[in-house]
Amino acid sequence: MTRIQYSVTDMANKHGRSREALLPILQDIYQAKHVISDEDMVNVARELDISAAHVYGTATFYSFLETQQSGKYIIRLCKTITCMMHGKNPVLQELERILKIKPGQTTPDGLFTLKETNCLGQCHKGPAMLVNDNPHTQLTPESVREIIDSYRREALSY
Amino acid sequence: MIKNLKRLDLIFKNEQDTEAILEKTLARSNEEIVNDLIDSGLKGRGGAGFPTGLKWRLAADDPADEKYIICNADEGEPGTFKDREILSSVPNKVLAGMAVCARIIGSKQGFIYLRNEYKFLVPGLEIVISEFHELMDRLNLEFRVAIFMGSGAYICGEESALFESMEGKRGEPRNKPPYPTNFGYKGKPTVINNVETLAHTYSIFKYGPDKFRDLGIKDSRGSKVFSVSGDTPIPGIYELEFGMTLQKFVDDFGDGDSKAVQVGGASGFCVPRKKFEKTIIGYQGKLTGVSLPTGGSMMIFNSSRSMYNVLRNYLDFFVEESCGQCTPCRVGTQQLLLGIEAVKRGEKPSGYLDKLLELAETMRLTAKCGLGQSVANSFSSIVENFREEMIY
Amino acid sequence: MSDQVTLKIDGISVSVKRGTTVLDAAKTINIRIPTLCHHEDLCVAGNCRVCVVEQTGTDRLIPACAMPAADGMEIHSNSLKVRNARKQIVELLVSEHRAECTTCYKNGNCELQALSHEYIIGENGYINLIPLKEYTIDYYSPSIIKDDSKCIRCQRCVRTCDELQGVGALTVSHKGSEMKISTFMDKPIYQVVCTNCGQCVNRCPTGALVERHYIDEVWAAIYNEKKFVVVQTAPAVRVALAEALGHEPGEIVTGKMVAALRRLGFDAVLDTDFTADLTIIEEGHELLQRLKRALKDKDPDVKLPMTTSCSPGWVKFLEHIFPEFMENLSTAKSPQQMFGALAKTFYASKIGVEPASMVSVSIMPCTAKKYEANRPEMYASGYQDVDYVLTTRELALMIKQAGIDFNSLADDDYDSIMGESSGAGVIFGATGGVMEAALRTVYEVVTGREVPFDGLNITPVRGVEGVREASILINKTLPEWSFLEGVELKTCVAHGLNNARNVMKAVRDGSASYHFIEIMACPGGCLGGGGQPIPTSSDIRKRRSSAIYQEDSQKVIRKSHENPEIVQIYKEFLIEPLGHTSHKLLHTKYTARERY
Repeated sequence: MTRIQYSVTDMANKHGRSREALLPILQDIYQAKHVISDEDMVNVARELDISAAHVYGTATFYSFLETQQSGKYIIRLCKTITCMMHGKNPVLQELERILKIKPGQTTPDGLFTLKETNCLGQCHKGPAMLVNDNPHTQLTPESVREIIDSYRREALSY
Repeated sequence: MIKNLKRLDLIFKNEQDTEAILEKTLARSNEEIVNDLIDSGLKGRGGAGFPTGLKWRLAADDPADEKYIICNADEGEPGTFKDREILSSVPNKVLAGMAVCARIIGSKQGFIYLRNEYKFLVPGLEIVISEFHELMDRLNLEFRVAIFMGSGAYICGEESALFESMEGKRGEPRNKPPYPTNFGYKGKPTVINNVETLAHTYSIFKYGPDKFRDLGIKDSRGSKVFSVSGDTPIPGIYELEFGMTLQKFVDDFGDGDSKAVQVGGASGFCVPRKKFEKTIIGYQGKLTGVSLPTGGSMMIFNSSRSMYNVLRNYLDFFVEESCGQCTPCRVGTQQLLLGIEAVKRGEKPSGYLDKLLELAETMRLTAKCGLGQSVANSFSSIVENFREEMIY
Repeated sequence: MSDQVTLKIDGISVSVKRGTTVLDAAKTINIRIPTLCHHEDLCVAGNCRVCVVEQTGTDRLIPACAMPAADGMEIHSNSLKVRNARKQIVELLVSEHRAECTTCYKNGNCELQALSHEYIIGENGYINLIPLKEYTIDYYSPSIIKDDSKCIRCQRCVRTCDELQGVGALTVSHKGSEMKISTFMDKPIYQVVCTNCGQCVNRCPTGALVERHYIDEVWAAIYNEKKFVVVQTAPAVRVALAEALGHEPGEIVTGKMVAALRRLGFDAVLDTDFTADLTIIEEGHELLQRLKRALKDKDPDVKLPMTTSCSPGWVKFLEHIFPEFMENLSTAKSPQQMFGALAKTFYASKIGVEPASMVSVSIMPCTAKKYEANRPEMYASGYQDVDYVLTTRELALMIKQAGIDFNSLADDDYDSIMGESSGAGVIFGATGGVMEAALRTVYEVVTGREVPFDGLNITPVRGVEGVREASILINKTLPEWSFLEGVELKTCVAHGLNNARNVMKAVRDGSASYHFIEIMACPGGCLGGGGQPIPTSSDIRKRRSSAIYQEDSQKVIRKSHENPEIVQIYKEFLIEPLGHTSHKLLHTKYTARERY
């Protein structure tokens, strides 16, 4: 994720001010900050001249938009049947153990948010997860340890 | 390893002749192209199976000035990953199909609605699209394609929910009629085709309708890309001819101990071992016997799997992914899930399953869109065929 | 293509206009198909699926509310397949509804309850979802209680707030089993853009949205011998109260209502129509003063157009959405609040009652009035000017509680003073009424002649159109008003906040220019208010409207400035319009608010 902070006005200038611009704008905000805050929603509502409640109602419909702060790395582990069949639960347990959080939570250092998600379209290579936009497949408890470590190192190198 | 099944290499064949094929195709009249599509027997590969040529003709016949062609790449059906593969290996074919459709219906703007889970495909697609735009300029076709990212909602694969989502709203399916070919994105006539469908049009433009038509069986023509997963030694993407029996399929892809195959994902049907031989994979048609509509998801379960767990997983999925607007789907999915859990725990008698089967039927009859209507497919086929596994 | 289509419903052939839904086609031949999410004031939703019917040749059932009738259709509204499906859908809705009917405020006026009764939903239904979920009951607003556990997600409220009111305080949030009706960030409704108009309450089929009631508090005041309880009745109540007591819409029951209030034990029964007349005097002079500053003094700071301020929903809407126009709002208080301020000052001293021991109650067609009475600006008398606001519905309930046979009551008259009104005060209850009342007075003040309309009926400002414009040429003015000679006074009337929004946008971008705008938050004006009897429809509102204009036409006095009690109160107490006392008691100021 990029750390550049855009203003909502800039985003409205980029995507336009019609209702069709709403999701691209919310996606950009989320991409930049991993949260869509109250203030952002009110500003988007003002720019697009729609009700703030509808911005909220739309944002909460979609699982890739959140109105609560997520970590730098959002882990979305697939919980659909074929990933389940191929060992998703041990992978989840390992993630919980090394991150010391449950699904839906964020590590205290703000690095990782753990979520379970529906089918990622990687069923032939399950278990699978996304870390931000990047897919990781054929996961094992061993491989997720390594993957998490590599993100930790990446975060340290900034 | 593949013994009996006819494996094909149409869709994924790497062909570098997009420009020539488009030139050849666009030199023909709209009517000729549409007739070819209709003659080929191509039906939508997303699962609903509407004849593609007819869809294009309906949109072409609408007198509106502003029209859209949308490629539906919101592939969210559990067990399906073919569109991802097509978009990463042969996106040029998909774009070519969109260009021809645009010329026929009179559209200047196309979109690829890409699910957020596939965001990693964007950089590659953007390169292909910019080359495609240069090609459009060379062909003097005023047509542009943009990627619209989904935001994470299975229901947005339903076409009218997809339009709502593109319009900046909650992805809630609309009442039909009106249909997309008259009232789609922004209320304008819109053709919305699945990724695979568009890729197939390319083969039809190139090889003609007959070659496509020769494949498959009545009412289910051509080849189909299948996403094979579950208890199989060879999971992956396979392009196969329509018309095979499930027995043949299992013989080739199963692990020797297959007890059931879920055809068409969570919204499809579960076929038990005893029905493998009688079940033919294709669209529903009169002469094909027991046949199944399919978006190409094939999940194989062996005898170590609890079908109760499978069903519970599906229902959990529907409870979350229902848009929530209509009663049968919003409340019905919750009742089905809680109901089988209660029977499993012994809190409800096994006869409660019959009440749930009736409920599933009511959902099929009354839900607003395909999601709610098709929950009954997996629910009834699993409960009826594996009833003993549902009971405490 | 013919513009008629012919279909068969339950074997009966029916021809309807193309585009008519199956539901409406069935209505024309008196076949009732049950509905829940459908409401004739709102766009089609097709969400609840209770209206499903069978079409010959189609396997799946179709929603009658959303399906256009087509030639050759054969519809079965009551087949076994339909009945089974419908019953299961009602069962599903009951399973997610906190069905505690006996303790529910909407008991007896709940559409889900009625359907549940009709389909005999027993206890062998589905698993009760209510104990499995967290739900919120928001009872912090002085006007409206929102109880999510009673909500069946039909979205009538969301569509009302959006389509009719353009407010968008309510939305649908989340999806699947989590889907619910929310405000911005699920804040309590008193913290958000909600105007308290109560139109959602009027359309909620269950008890998920109801008014906050103050019946018990009012009974306590009545039974407290140390309290002197005065009650005022708004113009629109008298033409709708009877509906809540089993009568047809459009009946005028002013005299019976006064008699009933007296029987309930109120110490003085007075009329908001009186302060409606007073509002006209104050607001009319304010308009003239603004026009004078603009046209004669060329004062660049004067704000025009001036808009009315008697609808508290509209006032709050403007404070949220158009705060830049706050100075355009007339500073005149609404009739309810003028009454409240005068009751505990002028009236109290007149009858020799300590204001501290006076309890001031108002009967309003409105839920926003409950909020208005609680605004911090409304303590002009040194006390809360209006203590309790009851809706028309609450009054009907009190009448029932008291065992009063409303039909057999003999007509009674209001007490005096503050009980007399003109026809101009009465028509405040209908959209366009304030404008008409103001013009009757302002024109006469300026020219010394009556408004040039037959029978004083200024028909261009009447009607049901959402936005109506009218202009009136002022000529042969009295010398004092010569700067208005030849001026065409441009006016605009809008009802329903969505229309108000459009008018204000047009004013903002300069595409419309007016001197005076009347805005009522509710469709039809106060007669369609959020506190009026349920149900509501355009037909019901039309019948209430006819009743109001009938009441006006039967009045001897038709102009506010000719109301003898108005003349008296200026002589004895207020001295002059916009004077010192008026400024202190009858005018107010406004507060800019957030837009969510």
